Amino acid sequence: MDTHPTNPLPHYTEYHPRWYRQRVSTYWWLGSWPYVRFILRELSSLAVAFFVALTLAQIYALGQGAQVYAELQEWLRQPVVLALNVVVLLFAVFHTLTWFAAAPKAMAVRMRGKRVPEWAVAAPHYAAWMAASAFVTWFLLRG
Amino acid sequence: MPKTSNDAFFWGLFSAGGTVAAILVPIHLFLFALAFPLGWLQEPTYSTLMDIVRLPLVRVYLFVLCALPLFHWAHRFRFTLYDGLQIKHLNEAIFVGCYGSAIVGTAVAGWLLWTI
Amino acid sequence: MAETITLDVTRYSPEHDHKPVLQLFEVPLRPEWVILDALNYIKDKVDGSLTFRWSCRMGVCGSCGMMVNGEPKLTCATFLHKYEGRAVRVEPLRYFPVVRDLVTEISDFMRKLKRAKPWLIRRTEKPLAEGEYLQTPEQLDTYKQFSMCINCTLCYAACPVYGLDSEFIGPAALALAQRYNLDSRDQGAEERMLTLAHPDGVWGCTFVGECTSVCPKHVDPAGAIQQYKLKAAMHWVKSLLKPGG
Repeated sequence: MDTHPTNPLPHYTEYHPRWYRQRVSTYWWLGSWPYVRFILRELSSLAVAFFVALTLAQIYALGQGAQVYAELQEWLRQPVVLALNVVVLLFAVFHTLTWFAAAPKAMAVRMRGKRVPEWAVAAPHYAAWMAASAFVTWFLLRG
Repeated sequence: MPKTSNDAFFWGLFSAGGTVAAILVPIHLFLFALAFPLGWLQEPTYSTLMDIVRLPLVRVYLFVLCALPLFHWAHRFRFTLYDGLQIKHLNEAIFVGCYGSAIVGTAVAGWLLWTI
Repeated sequence: MAETITLDVTRYSPEHDHKPVLQLFEVPLRPEWVILDALNYIKDKVDGSLTFRWSCRMGVCGSCGMMVNGEPKLTCATFLHKYEGRAVRVEPLRYFPVVRDLVTEISDFMRKLKRAKPWLIRRTEKPLAEGEYLQTPEQLDTYKQFSMCINCTLCYAACPVYGLDSEFIGPAALALAQRYNLDSRDQGAEERMLTLAHPDGVWGCTFVGECTSVCPKHVDPAGAIQQYKLKAAMHWVKSLLKPGG
């Protein structure tokens, strides 16, 4: 044993166990339903971007004259395009529902010292959604 | 006050855009991509639409309807690329690609709505 | 009720294993048993080398967190009979390095927790003669939920951002920082801001929300983080309007 008055401990190498680190798979988001729902929610942003592109296309077509606009309308009637737009609309509604579920979490509204329940914070959002939708429909249909 | 991360700004845009999108995108999509093409509701005529879109308030409304949701998409998609594809090391390229596209889209919207 | 149930438990011995393997154990299925009881049965009667952390066995210490059939759970609070009819897979908490068997290396969490400064910070100390810091029940209510955290790291095992990004501070640390920010006795909100309002702080969170789902004490860390994001965004706007502070 290698002992000495100024080095009373025997010489030894500290043991450090080899930790195992699991690499996170690229498909981590398939691991559970909550993860899948999360990724679907995030992908709904693509539907929103698609909507903007479509709207800009419509505004552009309007500016190019009735003929061009009619052609765009015709394109929108193609079955493939209709099917795509149904999917896009579903994702857009999914965005709305998940957004209204999330918004109350960020707003810790307190009235008279108590926390306002989440449904009470979400309700005005739904009301605004209904009201805005009704108004837009009325505005476009009144001619 | 300490100077904090600029992510606050992008998150703010993301939130505003998300709210605008949540409230307005479904009905606009339903009307213009389904109800009107399929004839479920009486489609406004071309001249009616031109009259509507030329109203100053409508130009502003449409600009906001296009710009803010684009920034919502940019922020959310940026993080989807980080987490979904695990390409966070391409940080700068993603940042520029996402917000850059949103800026371009906003500029296009602005130009179209100004000139129509 | 059946007599026994099968547990599929992770074994990892760094001395001779390159990666963890699963080992099957047959344990009695007692109606009042939790997963922790089953693990202790294995250690007492079957294989004394099985290594795992536990302490209070009543859901307040935060030691016994493990993945049970892919979900982060406190093993002292998860009944065995809920899994009757199928095998129970017990693995170490996800997204942390594994030291041995079911024991994880959580010093990353401890460092990040410290960065959140989870203690009362005072700019000005009240002299003792003036008595205690008084707090109304309403003031307590603003932060009480976030104070229930037992540092069990189940939320870290549930958070994919933490799994993917080693720099992310994580749910519990952020929730505990907010617990102190909201405490009426605390004056440290500004001091914590640089850690929280940072890409590795709240801005790294994408509100998956799984942290809140798995929290055994209903702390709602996701809520704490989103509330902070809103506050930080408003602060950012204010700091624009007042250049130079």
